[in-house]
Amino acid sequence: MLFRGENAPFIQFIHTKNNSQADDTNTAIIIFKINMTSMLKIKNLHAIVEEKEILKGINLEVNQGEVHAVMGPNGSGKSTLASVLAGNPKFEVTRGNVLFKDKDLLEMEPEDRAREGLFLSFQYPVEIPGVSMVNFMRAAVNEQRKYRGEDPISATDFLKLMRDKRELLGMDSQLVNRSVNEGFSGGEKKKNEIFQMAMLNPQLAILDETDSGLDIDALRVVAAGVNKLQSKENATIVITHYQRLLEYIKPDYVHVLYAGKILRSGGPDLALELEKRGYDWLINP
Amino acid sequence: MIEQQYIDLFTQFREELDAHSVKGMNRHRDAAFKTFQQIGFPTSKQEEYKHSNIVRTFDADLGLNLRNIPIPVNPYDAFKCDVPNLSTHLYFLINDRYYDRFQPTEKLPEGVFAGSLQRFSELYPVQFAAHYAQIADYSDNGVVAYNTMFAQDGFVVYVPKNVVLEKPLQLINVLRGGVDLSVNRRILIIAEENAQVKLLICDHTVDDIHFVVTQVTEVFTGASAQVDIYELEENSEKVTRLNNLFSEQKEHSNVVTSSITLHNGYTRNNYRFRLFGEHAEAHAGGLAICDKEQHIDNFAFLDHATPNCVSNELFKTVLNDQATGVFCGKILVEKNAQKTMAYQNNRNLLASDSAQMFSKPQLEIYADDVKCSHGLTTGQLDEEALFYMRARGIDKEEARLLLMVAFTRDVVDMIRIESLQERLTSLINKRFRGELMRCGNCNVCI
Repeated sequence: MLFRGENAPFIQFIHTKNNSQADDTNTAIIIFKINMTSMLKIKNLHAIVEEKEILKGINLEVNQGEVHAVMGPNGSGKSTLASVLAGNPKFEVTRGNVLFKDKDLLEMEPEDRAREGLFLSFQYPVEIPGVSMVNFMRAAVNEQRKYRGEDPISATDFLKLMRDKRELLGMDSQLVNRSVNEGFSGGEKKKNEIFQMAMLNPQLAILDETDSGLDIDALRVVAAGVNKLQSKENATIVITHYQRLLEYIKPDYVHVLYAGKILRSGGPDLALELEKRGYDWLINP
Repeated sequence: MIEQQYIDLFTQFREELDAHSVKGMNRHRDAAFKTFQQIGFPTSKQEEYKHSNIVRTFDADLGLNLRNIPIPVNPYDAFKCDVPNLSTHLYFLINDRYYDRFQPTEKLPEGVFAGSLQRFSELYPVQFAAHYAQIADYSDNGVVAYNTMFAQDGFVVYVPKNVVLEKPLQLINVLRGGVDLSVNRRILIIAEENAQVKLLICDHTVDDIHFVVTQVTEVFTGASAQVDIYELEENSEKVTRLNNLFSEQKEHSNVVTSSITLHNGYTRNNYRFRLFGEHAEAHAGGLAICDKEQHIDNFAFLDHATPNCVSNELFKTVLNDQATGVFCGKILVEKNAQKTMAYQNNRNLLASDSAQMFSKPQLEIYADDVKCSHGLTTGQLDEEALFYMRARGIDKEEARLLLMVAFTRDVVDMIRIESLQERLTSLINKRFRGELMRCGNCNVCI
């Protein structure tokens, strides 16, 4: 069972009849999902890379409006989880299933996952020499619009959108005129990830070590950007080593991943405890 | 012996050959013939032709238009250049003959000549004699010897001292014929001291027959002069193109060449650059996109003969299906050529499992204070970049396409005509999308 924080939404089943036995008259069971729609349901997820099993049975449920933090020591499988959810072909799922908005996520191509509203902020954003940020973003925005049956974005709307989101992240206007991530500093690359997230407005954002390589000022800007994008309709999974990021992005739940499994789940307090005591007390109780 | 039929033809029809030629070209034939009899066409037994067995393509029944029988074509019907931002002075060679039923409407600056070798030899006999067949060395190149034996006309650009041609010149080579043909073209480019000229050469095929084209270009770049030569091949798959460019540069001159193979059959490009004045710079770009059974062989030889010169080569190849690509880059830094900077880069992309690339850098450095580097990679598209793009919702095929176009970017960037860069980018896009299968038209213009 997942621990639920005080703000956590819950499910109520309301039956039209007083729990009576099935009735052959006009009985209907109406299930109201109050204040809560399942965004992501991961069940017993196993994944391998180059024949080595990294994920060994992950269970995790994320609902609309929630922020989850996934923490854990190096090599515990945090980034693998992110990659598998985004559909990186390097990893192979061997068991388990994942529902994203009640659709089978693992059946989808990576591009369709993105078009459905899943976004991965890469731990190591890839440099793509020769492809300009502008062309890259326009292609991405239009592919998503096409998927939703909308017309391509107009040139003026697109430029306005770019400008607005760039300002949100305090990004240099020169950066968006360059090739994707080429020659960007570590901090600029991470900002660029959140910029892309702002452009695409995803329903589920997975931030893989977005804090690594950021100085404290950049961290604040990036966290503020993420917080602005967080709403009741979407959800965020924050993958991080350190408590530091969680001072700026407040999670509802904290999960500790170790050796491919979730070892412990808790509220925001768990992160504080980890900061104080490290992981050892959980790993070797 | 495959060469025999050409030896017989040359001996038998020598009078007619001479009678229908530019007079000044005739006096070079005997020596070329002598060499040709000795060395013949290159075969794959020769190291430099290991992957391109040239002689084989001549083992065919090819016609030569020695009597200069007019080829019925009006290039202006076929090639309407109406892109306003790529405005050029336009010229045509139909097979190996200058198309003279037309004079460009816009006047060239005083003293500049662009037109046929025939006319040039009449107007500038001294210049003609001093440059024609002077650096196109055939002593080890049977194709150039063959071309020198049979070439009868061609195209010349002559820009006198201190004249700067702002508007680029464009030469469109049209291949046209009813029977399989051997086409032998000559091009001569002379830029005197401090002159500047840009030339775009486009190759097209109109008729669906076999053409074996030899083209020999001689480029003379005077002190502080600037010459740009951009070659764009869009021939049909039945065309063999054996292209030889010889360039000599004096001090402080600057030459940029780019060889873009957008659609072809069987192509061998030989580039020979000689830097024999201090502070001369040569930039040689090359891009080939081949699929099906197409074959591209780019051979570049850079000779640093004097100190303080710069050379920079960037050759890229994208191969799909069963296409084969070859690159050989030879750099020679002669003993006194100190402070030479020579860079060579060859990058190749294999888009299928059955495409093959052969690549060989060859550096011979006899000076001891030089900066030389070479890089060579052959590989597939970057899987990480592909996934990154797909993770943003971009279709796998679209992502591949964007990456392939991106791969060609820096070669296109070397071109110093902005509107041509844009035009090329869009053509490259089309090529990768498979929308450039026919090549009866000048795609730069239309």
